[in-house]
Amino acid sequence: MRRYIATIGAAAILLPLTYVLPAFQNYQLATVAAYLCATAGLTVLTGQNGQLSLGHGALMATGAYTVALMQNAIGNLPLSLAAGVVVTTVAGAVIGLAAARLRGPYLAGVTLAVAVVVPGLTTMFDDVLGGDQGLTFYLAPPPFGYDFPFERWQAWIALAAALLTMLLLGNLAGSRYGREFRAVRDDEIAAQLSGIHLARTQILAFVVSAAAAGLGGGVLAVLAQSVSPGAFSLTLSLFLVMAIVVGGLGSLAGAVWGAILLVALPDLTARATDVFALPAAFAQRLEGNLPLAIFGGTLIVVMIMAPGGIHGLVTHQLTQRIGKRGR
Amino acid sequence: MRRTVLTLAAVLVVAGCSSEPGSGGGASVPGVTDTEIVIGTHMPLTGPASAGYSQIAPATKAYFDFVNAAGGVNGRKITLKVKDDGYNPANTQQVVRELVLQDKVFAILNGLGTPTHTGVLDFLNSQRVPDLFVASGSRSWDQPGKYPGTFGFNPDYTVEGKILGSYVQQNLPGKKTCFLGQDDDFGRDSLAGVTGVLGDAGVAVKQTYTTSVTNVGPQVDAFRSNACEVVVLATVPGFTALTIGTAARQGFTPQWIVSNVGGDYNTLAKSLGDAAPLLEGLLGANYLPAASAASDPWVQLFQRINTQYNAGAPFDGNTVYGMSVGYLFVQVLQAAGRELTRESLIDAVEKGGYTGPGLGPLRFSADDHSGYGGLRMTRVTDKVQDYFGPTYETDSEGGPVTEYTLTPPAPPANGIPPAA
Repeated sequence: MRRYIATIGAAAILLPLTYVLPAFQNYQLATVAAYLCATAGLTVLTGQNGQLSLGHGALMATGAYTVALMQNAIGNLPLSLAAGVVVTTVAGAVIGLAAARLRGPYLAGVTLAVAVVVPGLTTMFDDVLGGDQGLTFYLAPPPFGYDFPFERWQAWIALAAALLTMLLLGNLAGSRYGREFRAVRDDEIAAQLSGIHLARTQILAFVVSAAAAGLGGGVLAVLAQSVSPGAFSLTLSLFLVMAIVVGGLGSLAGAVWGAILLVALPDLTARATDVFALPAAFAQRLEGNLPLAIFGGTLIVVMIMAPGGIHGLVTHQLTQRIGKRGR
Repeated sequence: MRRTVLTLAAVLVVAGCSSEPGSGGGASVPGVTDTEIVIGTHMPLTGPASAGYSQIAPATKAYFDFVNAAGGVNGRKITLKVKDDGYNPANTQQVVRELVLQDKVFAILNGLGTPTHTGVLDFLNSQRVPDLFVASGSRSWDQPGKYPGTFGFNPDYTVEGKILGSYVQQNLPGKKTCFLGQDDDFGRDSLAGVTGVLGDAGVAVKQTYTTSVTNVGPQVDAFRSNACEVVVLATVPGFTALTIGTAARQGFTPQWIVSNVGGDYNTLAKSLGDAAPLLEGLLGANYLPAASAASDPWVQLFQRINTQYNAGAPFDGNTVYGMSVGYLFVQVLQAAGRELTRESLIDAVEKGGYTGPGLGPLRFSADDHSGYGGLRMTRVTDKVQDYFGPTYETDSEGGPVTEYTLTPPAPPANGIPPAA
């Protein structure tokens, strides 16, 4: 019940927010929401079930390409997004089957291969998938008249997807399955002794997390009205892992911080290079590479200063303050 | 709890007030004030296509600085915002939205790249942002019915392919001709032009590459093992250099013929370093003055501006290109007049009748949004890339390749297009 109230509360705050924010900030909010689907799914897999995936960017690509192909074939957005989730779920089940037999670095290796292979497929089947250029698709204008800002409509779609994902994953984490996920993460043998089917639990976690990534990728495609392999490179997969670690591994609230970071960091670095009067050529070089470096740097600092990630830091501050007030 | 409710109420009130997005007024044009015009562009400043291309926007900017120093256009200074997209269509989506929605630019000028710009056509159209002089020869830019605000600059790749193909037909008859193209509309449009003249069977081996894979060994191997004698390249500069270098390592040296977008000698020589002599005899086509033509009045003008406003950056084909774009844009601004709106700008382009440094014709009209319509062949001799033979023009359909005899006029004495 608490989760439903929280979801409705979040919607009640976000909906008016989309009326206040200028168009570009709405677009950024929508992008955060799209990434949140993926980071929340990855948090369930890595934070709560203890499986590491370096291939979630590729799962997002699967959802995104499905949406693009479906939009071009049929053009019904809810149907396209649903298809994106279904196809990615199937892909997740296949990878999950393999993953359940693998541990640690071996699992990382397999998912890494997925991250490398999937963008390659777009080149291989360029007749259907459009190669590096990708696919563009038609998106119907918002059904609220000519003057309704398109970015607000996109934000609504993305926020609806993100809230739904958070609600369902939150319910899952609070259920028996969620406890089983964490039991497997904490001690596989103990979990087996208490009657938990190890492989089944791991596959379920992978499938759920893949479905969320597929939805996130699909929404990301809707925001751009196009897909191209460049949006789903290996770097994205690594960024997703870094984001959930920096955000705070283990809790879905950490995934929110991670998603915000994914959008905010590149923007902030671009601004930083604007503020400091650097030689033009040097600034150009930085602008392409600096986000990577800063993300890496942030990861190191956060791991040393706040092993619980940003979410851990925030809740720690809050509890301390409340504790002091009580005294 | 009360505070939360109050905050929420405040948010709702503000929301209620601001839900009219810029519909009123009519006097305000995005990016235009009495003293300034803000425009934007997307370029690969980093990444696989940045070689050479990263110098285009600074050159355009330098030309605007030159015009601004003389008072600007109708009292307005031109500000060009340049965003790096790394030649990655996903980044282009992001930065173009930033330019249009956040920075509120008046127009997009010379956005670079076929795969990158293709993805933002619909967005720019739905926002009614003039999308002028795209830096690519894809035929997509010339769809006035579907994209009324988009105009090309480069001759389209099919026009170029037909001119290169007809050169092969007349001067290298009977040679086994092969083709390497980028795996997108750039490569496909170019191949359509070449086969349009030589016939499908006239191109023995057809290969493609993608910019995300920096290895063209297999493609070059296919050319070598099939004994290709002429290879036409529809490649960006980095991949032209890569292909020629890879072929040399395999001991394979056919006659290379390169599309103008990937055939600038200085850019290629810089990429190849010690292997630059491989470029001797390289054939290509172009439509702007050669950077090496020191006696050309346009080159003299651009060199002067480059020294004064571009910190004396290396002067090559990219510099000439960037400044030519700047010149055409100022010409169009002058024609649009003092009452500058997005409509008046597009009307001014469609009025046509523009000339500039380019060798071929600029054919802008209400139903033609393609850029230059002609090219002239170039050859590298003793490290100098220069023109030979006549300028040719043609269309992107089945029309013949014919000579174009008009020569470009000299630039105005002060280097700035006069008011119309």
